[in-house]
Amino acid sequence: MAEFRMPSLGADMESAALVGWRVKPGDHVQRGDVIADVEADKGTFEVQIFEDGIIDQLVVQPSDTRIPVGTVLALLRAEGEPAAQPAERAPSRVERLAPEEARPVEQPVPVQPQVVPVERRLKVSPLARKVAAELGIDLNTVQGTGLHGAIERADVERAAEARKLAAKAALPPAEKAPPLAEKPPAAVVEEKAPPLTAEKAAPSALKTKSAEQQAAMRRAIAAAMSRANREIPHYYLQTHIDMSRALAWLEAENLKRSIKQRLLPAVLLIKAVARALGDVPELNGYWIDDHLEMQEAIHIAFAISLRQGGLITPAIHDADLKSLDELMETLHDLIARTRSGGLRSSELTDGTITVTNLGDMGVETVYGVIYPPQVALVGFGKVTEQTWVENGMIGVRPVITATLAGDHRASDGHRGGQFLDALNRHLQEVEKL
Amino acid sequence: MNETQIKEVIINALKRIAPESSPQTLGPDQDVRQTLDIDSYDFLMFLVGLNEALGVEIPEADYGKLVTLDDIVSYLAARVKVSG
Repeated sequence: MAEFRMPSLGADMESAALVGWRVKPGDHVQRGDVIADVEADKGTFEVQIFEDGIIDQLVVQPSDTRIPVGTVLALLRAEGEPAAQPAERAPSRVERLAPEEARPVEQPVPVQPQVVPVERRLKVSPLARKVAAELGIDLNTVQGTGLHGAIERADVERAAEARKLAAKAALPPAEKAPPLAEKPPAAVVEEKAPPLTAEKAAPSALKTKSAEQQAAMRRAIAAAMSRANREIPHYYLQTHIDMSRALAWLEAENLKRSIKQRLLPAVLLIKAVARALGDVPELNGYWIDDHLEMQEAIHIAFAISLRQGGLITPAIHDADLKSLDELMETLHDLIARTRSGGLRSSELTDGTITVTNLGDMGVETVYGVIYPPQVALVGFGKVTEQTWVENGMIGVRPVITATLAGDHRASDGHRGGQFLDALNRHLQEVEKL
Repeated sequence: MNETQIKEVIINALKRIAPESSPQTLGPDQDVRQTLDIDSYDFLMFLVGLNEALGVEIPEADYGKLVTLDDIVSYLAARVKVSG
């Protein structure tokens, strides 16, 4: 029997409410299936499972309660594996099977739903540490609300309360639960996932909720960015890139297309970053446990700002393998789902580097903050006309400023420079992208 | 289609990409993208919306002609008449 736990959807997530299940006991699931919706600080997201099997039991029922990351939400059995013994699901119930039928209870194997290991240095007040020890609370699961995210006594008590509620939800009250013999396990939970609370809420409640969501979004960003600023020794490099070839190519290409099929310059930038990472792989990966873990797959997290404030950086999977049209299609899809709240867990956690494009705001140069545990962020500013000297000739060219924020633990300025150089090269050979 | 109707189409298209904004209050010479905080992706979606409603294909080279509400209205009015 495997355990499906509340995933961490990024460095800034500590807990989330289970909004609804998309599966019921007995359902067959495959790696990548969306099985639940959760509401975290940054919005509502689809949670995927990364294991094949059959849903054996839904341990936690949907509610508004915040459930800490790492809490077991469901049990999953392998194809052919017998359903959980009654003893396993509710220890208080009488063992019904004859002794010869009883099987040794398997130790659950944790299935982490593709969680990027997040290394944290915890700030904990001495009192909070003492209380946590008394209550048996893992400090790693506690959201600190003190100065610089420090964990205080109240935070620990909140976590204990959340755990109690989660445990309560896991075991339905005995008087309500039908005897197992009368109801087969597969029918224990049949109700469909309830519609998102926002849809049910009255307009006035909606407004309060959206204000709350914005505050929560700010807290989530604050947590991740404070950690980045505390832990990551950033270095910054910048270069000007002549965009005349790239933009001329794009204009000619878009002339052939209907409005709906047009490509945005951002697509060229994303693809060029992906190509340049192929040349300088040290910038594509995670800093975990004091060493760099380079990633082979290039998943570019693209910063998408929300109209109501805040931003989300969903990953464009395998950006290096996608054509420009496929990238544009992915971008359409991601932007639409970022704004409507249908992002999947893998899109929130898989990013191996972040790209942010602030050119639309008239910004010329971006000095970004790296999203841990990633080790680099590439920023693009506005394309402006500038005087440009090439081969002794002065001309006016559309120029973009590209910046690299690098984690100095993982790479040095020399490699960072090589990356920007490669980026420039790929943008000069845009037809090969 | 007259200019008032075209303006209505434009305002509806803007409302769709920026639901919290009030494009009705845009001044005739205000920069639409800047005032309503419309990025290049949203602008593309805006043009797609206009294309669906009016059947006008706006080439990229003409984006610079579409700054204020008045610009957009007169640009579209000229083309809707021609094509319609």
